[in-house]
Amino acid sequence: MIQRMINATINGMPVKVPDGTSILDAARSAQLKIPTLCKHPDLLPTAACGLCIVKIAGQGKFPRACATPLEEGMDIVTHDGELTEIRRSVIELIISNHPNACITCGRNQNCELQTLAAEFGIRSDSIKRYVRDIPMDRSNGSIVIDFTKCIKCGRCVQVCQDVQNVSALSFLERGINTRMAPAGDISLAESPCIKCGQCAAHCPTGAIVENDETVAVWEALRDPELFCSAQIAPSVRVALGEEFGYEAGTNLTSKIYAVLRRLGFKAVFDTNFSADLTIMEEASEFAQRFVHGKGALPLITSCCPAWTDYMEKFHHDFVDNFSTAKSPQQMLGVMAKTYFSEKMKIDPAKHFQVSIMPCTAKKYELERTEEMYASGHKDVDIALTTRELARMIKQSGIAFAELPDDEADSILGEYSGAGTIFGVTGGVMEAALRTAYNFVTGENLPKEAIDVTPVRGLEGVKEAEIDVQGTKVRIAVAHGMANVGKVLDRVRAAREAGEETPYHFIEVMACPGGCIGGGGQPYGVTDEIRLKRAQGIYQDDRDCQVRFSHENPEIKSIYKNFLGEPLSERSHQLLHTHYKPRKVYKK
Amino acid sequence: MSTATLNYPIEDAEAASIEIAKHVDKWRDQEGNLIMILHEIQDEHGYVPRQISMELANELDVSLARIYEVITFYQYFKLTPPGRCNIAVCNGTACYLKGAAHILSQLESKLDIKEGETTEDRAFHLETVRCIGCCGMSPSLSIDGKTYGRVRSSDISELLEEASKEKGLR
Repeated sequence: MIQRMINATINGMPVKVPDGTSILDAARSAQLKIPTLCKHPDLLPTAACGLCIVKIAGQGKFPRACATPLEEGMDIVTHDGELTEIRRSVIELIISNHPNACITCGRNQNCELQTLAAEFGIRSDSIKRYVRDIPMDRSNGSIVIDFTKCIKCGRCVQVCQDVQNVSALSFLERGINTRMAPAGDISLAESPCIKCGQCAAHCPTGAIVENDETVAVWEALRDPELFCSAQIAPSVRVALGEEFGYEAGTNLTSKIYAVLRRLGFKAVFDTNFSADLTIMEEASEFAQRFVHGKGALPLITSCCPAWTDYMEKFHHDFVDNFSTAKSPQQMLGVMAKTYFSEKMKIDPAKHFQVSIMPCTAKKYELERTEEMYASGHKDVDIALTTRELARMIKQSGIAFAELPDDEADSILGEYSGAGTIFGVTGGVMEAALRTAYNFVTGENLPKEAIDVTPVRGLEGVKEAEIDVQGTKVRIAVAHGMANVGKVLDRVRAAREAGEETPYHFIEVMACPGGCIGGGGQPYGVTDEIRLKRAQGIYQDDRDCQVRFSHENPEIKSIYKNFLGEPLSERSHQLLHTHYKPRKVYKK
Repeated sequence: MSTATLNYPIEDAEAASIEIAKHVDKWRDQEGNLIMILHEIQDEHGYVPRQISMELANELDVSLARIYEVITFYQYFKLTPPGRCNIAVCNGTACYLKGAAHILSQLESKLDIKEGETTEDRAFHLETVRCIGCCGMSPSLSIDGKTYGRVRSSDISELLEEASKEKGLR
């Protein structure tokens, strides 16, 4: 069907857009930005903030551009003196219910409300301030909520309820008393929250931010007793640059190694290395289950801690399907404190491991079970988000863009192209297939088949059949928790009917786009930015000499010198974990 | 309104589940059923107990968040057990001018609770209401629906005692 096009006029200019386009988006296509604090490109319009009002010739009202579709022949004014005055009043009203605390706020300098207040030249509190006194929620260690800074735009609630299908956040009460709160008026830690941080990533103000742990890392770095090491996650390298003026997707791996060393880390590792290690274990598990029938199918990936938390709460009938292979963060931590510490003669008790992650849930993963202490110590001491690392670099005075390139420390630093694609939806599946193919057939995928394109892209659920020398492997990839239910329901239906499983292997990542769109990444993410970051990752894969985890030379040597082989007793002891049903509500 | 005592241990999810099944079955698949079911639950218990909301969420396949959004949106629904004796001080214009605030503060200090709260033993609940239509007898208050006019602070102890006796409290 050909989509009908709408012709209209915006600020005297003719515009032509597909039927159904909102006035807000139509104006954007005509190089006009209408201010809004509630509409986010990821989300449906709620018309909550009232800033995007426009004038339509012949209508006396001021409709909201986000929620009004452009109609044939409309004559619209988006900006004039009167609209500016009204918008200024709306901003003043919002500010009158917002604390005057910009200087000490987690979103200082990148708050959407602060930016608009600056643009509209608001210089005084023209309306008497009324801010409801509600204590902060610091209960869950990943995310901090300051309810007083909430402007009731509804983005976090929509993300949490509709995109992530978690419903940890909701609006309570009504009118002036309306407040965003963990569902059922309990603490966030007692709520179903999976710590994905999408609420923080979508919040226009400082109401929801990551739990900043940079001070603790600085303290460790200046402790002469400690040997501090760092690891950086796949998706951090293509996003950190946005904090320093680089285009989204710019791969800054070598500069990040350099800056971490300058910050005082004595060893710099790459989570891409341990992603290769995860693949070795997980692909072996898959081969065991698929070829030898040992264990439940489908095998489901478990490297996303928000997803594992979600599964343990909402889908724990799939506990047995989970890969027991730990996430790359945890594998790197335990290898740093055993293999590396042994080799370098470092006391693991004095080895302080910091991970740089795109993710707020990674903070939670550090203490998820006792298995996260497999080295005899806390395997990873602190997980920082990309945003926190950017802040540390800025505090350090290092001119990041001018740094010469550097390399990671060997034995836990080299990575394959399969390791790097872990950072994007479909990447874990693709990496696992490349190695599982080898484990099942004894041969590598032919060169032209290394790119598993059906699992790439931002489609919510991706399905494919991969030919493994005549045998079909049926796979599904889902991202955004609301997309997971339908995939699992298909498996359940087959289970109940006693039919063959519709999938052999399922990959799930909690955040839309995967880790590149993680809750700890630089602010302002949209699909456009997700795609650019993903392109950066896929380019890194293509640039790698080695594109199979099992061919990474450092992976080969860690098995030869330390672990034995995948799924060996030592591997099980250090690199595997278990899952169990958990209560959705703790209260 | 019935008393707040539950006839089964609230921790017992199974009992809660049986308890709500009868309400849910009656309204199943009807639009707007959540509010109707909440009404029935509150009629029975005097409030909406959390355990029942949780079971209701499972039964209706909605999130607890949605149920609490509805409960807190409407002032009518209560999340804590009410007092066995409900005191409503009128704060309409006439009563306000005739010293409702003074009556209220007397009650607050006698019962050792604030407006909107319930005494620890659940004997008394204290709230303010808008005009109850007795402006000619202001200041007024009502106790369990029975209206008292031209209330003086010196009457308060007696009113509380009378109410206690009637309900067999204390």
